[in-house]
Amino acid sequence: MHKGKGMKFVGDSRITAERTSKVPKDYSEYPGRTEAFWPNFLLKEWLAGAVFLVGFLCLVLAHPSPLEGMADPTDAAYIPLPDWYFLFLYELLKYQFASGNWIILGILVIPGIGFGALFLAPFLDNGPGRRPRHRPIAVGMMLLGLASVIWLTYTSAAPVDWEERAEQNKPIPPGESIVDESHPGFAAYETSCLSCHGGELEGGAGPALVGGNEHTKEEIMDIAVNGIGSMPADQFQGTDEELEQLADFIIETNEAAAE
Amino acid sequence: MLQKIYDWIDDRIDITPIWRDIADHEVPEHVNPAHHFSAFVYCFGGLTFFVVVIQILSGMFLTMYYVPDIENAWQSVYYLQTEVAHAQIVRGMHHWGASVVVVMLLLHTLRVFFQGAYKKPRELNWMVGVLIFFVILGLGFTGYLLPWDNKAYFATQVGLEIAEQVPFIGEALKTLLAGDATIVGAQTLTRFFAIHVFFLPGALFALLAIHFILIRRQGISGPL
Repeated sequence: MHKGKGMKFVGDSRITAERTSKVPKDYSEYPGRTEAFWPNFLLKEWLAGAVFLVGFLCLVLAHPSPLEGMADPTDAAYIPLPDWYFLFLYELLKYQFASGNWIILGILVIPGIGFGALFLAPFLDNGPGRRPRHRPIAVGMMLLGLASVIWLTYTSAAPVDWEERAEQNKPIPPGESIVDESHPGFAAYETSCLSCHGGELEGGAGPALVGGNEHTKEEIMDIAVNGIGSMPADQFQGTDEELEQLADFIIETNEAAAE
Repeated sequence: MLQKIYDWIDDRIDITPIWRDIADHEVPEHVNPAHHFSAFVYCFGGLTFFVVVIQILSGMFLTMYYVPDIENAWQSVYYLQTEVAHAQIVRGMHHWGASVVVVMLLLHTLRVFFQGAYKKPRELNWMVGVLIFFVILGLGFTGYLLPWDNKAYFATQVGLEIAEQVPFIGEALKTLLAGDATIVGAQTLTRFFAIHVFFLPGALFALLAIHFILIRRQGISGPL
C-alpha cells in the first residue's frame, strides 16, 4: 500500500486517489481456526471478565481497604512508606551509590536508564527475530531489570511488620472519644499522665488505664503519687483537690468506656 | 424496531463502517484461549482495561462523597468507610483496583516484551503503552494522598522531597505539585486531587484511544 509522501488525493480532499479496501480480511485469509469477534469471542471475553470480577470482589470483601489515623504533620515518630509499587525506587535510594552526593544517580540516572530503555525498547532491540532466543541481550536485560525490581521490593517490604503497623496506626473514630475534656480532672491528667498513658487512656509507654480497671479511687490516688511497678513516684504534682479530681476522671472515663 | 432505529441513524451518519472498525473482525486462532489455553496471556491487556473501567466507575462514585480539603478529606473517607451503604466495597474496589491494575499492566507489558510483539510495525503502540504505564503510576502516586491519613501525608512528603532534589527544576517541580515551596497542606491536596481526577485521566483516555485505534489498524501480532 502506498503511504506517506507522494500520496495522490482526489482534488483537495482527504480521499486517496488509489482506492484500497479497508474491509478486514476474509476468514479464509487467516491461518488456523478464526472466530468472529462479534458476538462469539466477545461473549467468551465477558465470561472470563466475570470470573475475574468475582475473584477481584472476593479480594475486596476479604480485605477492607485500610485507612490510618488522620494526617498529623507533627507526628515525628511516623515512618513513611510508599505504596508497594514504588518500594523498589524507595529502596534504591538507600544504597550508598544512589544517595547523599550520588542522589542524582538514584533519582534520575538509574530509573531514567531503566524506564528510558523500556520506552525505546523497539529501537534498541531492532533485529527481525521475535522469539526470545533470537534476541538474548534484550531478554537478558529485561530479566535483569525485573529481578532487581523484585529483589528491591522484597528487601524493602520483608522487614516491615505490616500487621503491627496497621494496628499502631488505626484511626480513632471521630466523635466517639470516651474522654470528657471538660472534666475538671482532665487538666491534671493531661499534664501528669497523658504522655505515658495516651490521650484516650489507651496506654503507650505505660499500660492502658481503661478496660479492666481493678483499682479504687484511693488506690489510684496512691499510685499517681507513689508509683507502681516500673512507674516511678511523684508523677503527679499538684494539690490534693486536683489529685482527687484526677482519680474521679479516670474512674468516670472507665465507666463511660464500659457502657 | 431496533433495526429501524439503526437504519434511521445509519441513513444519516453512516455508522456501519464505524461498527465494522470496532467489532466486525476475526480473532485468529493463536490468541484464542478456547483453542490454545496458553493464549490466556493475551487476556492481560483486556483485563487491564477492565480494571481501568472499574477504577473510573468506582472513582466517580467516590467523588460523590469525597471532599478535597484538609479538614474534611479524612472525615469524608472515614464516613464513607463506616456509614455509607456499600461504600466500603466501592472504596475497596478503588483501593485494590489500583494495585491490580499495576499487576495486570506489568503482566501485559511482559507478554508483549517477551513475544517481541513491539517490533516493526508496532513500535509506536509500544511507546504509547509505556506512556500509559507512567500515567497509571502517576495516578497511583497522586491517589495515595487523597485520604489524607498519616500514610498518605508522609509518603507524599517523601515523594515531594525526592522531586525537590532533581537538579535545576527540582524546586519548581515541587512547588508545581505541592502548591508551595515548603508546606505540604491544603494546596497540595487540591492539586493532587485535580491531577488525579482531571489531568491524568484526560491523558489516560487520550493514550488509551490511540492504543486501541492502533491495535485495530495494525491488527494483533502474528504467532511466534
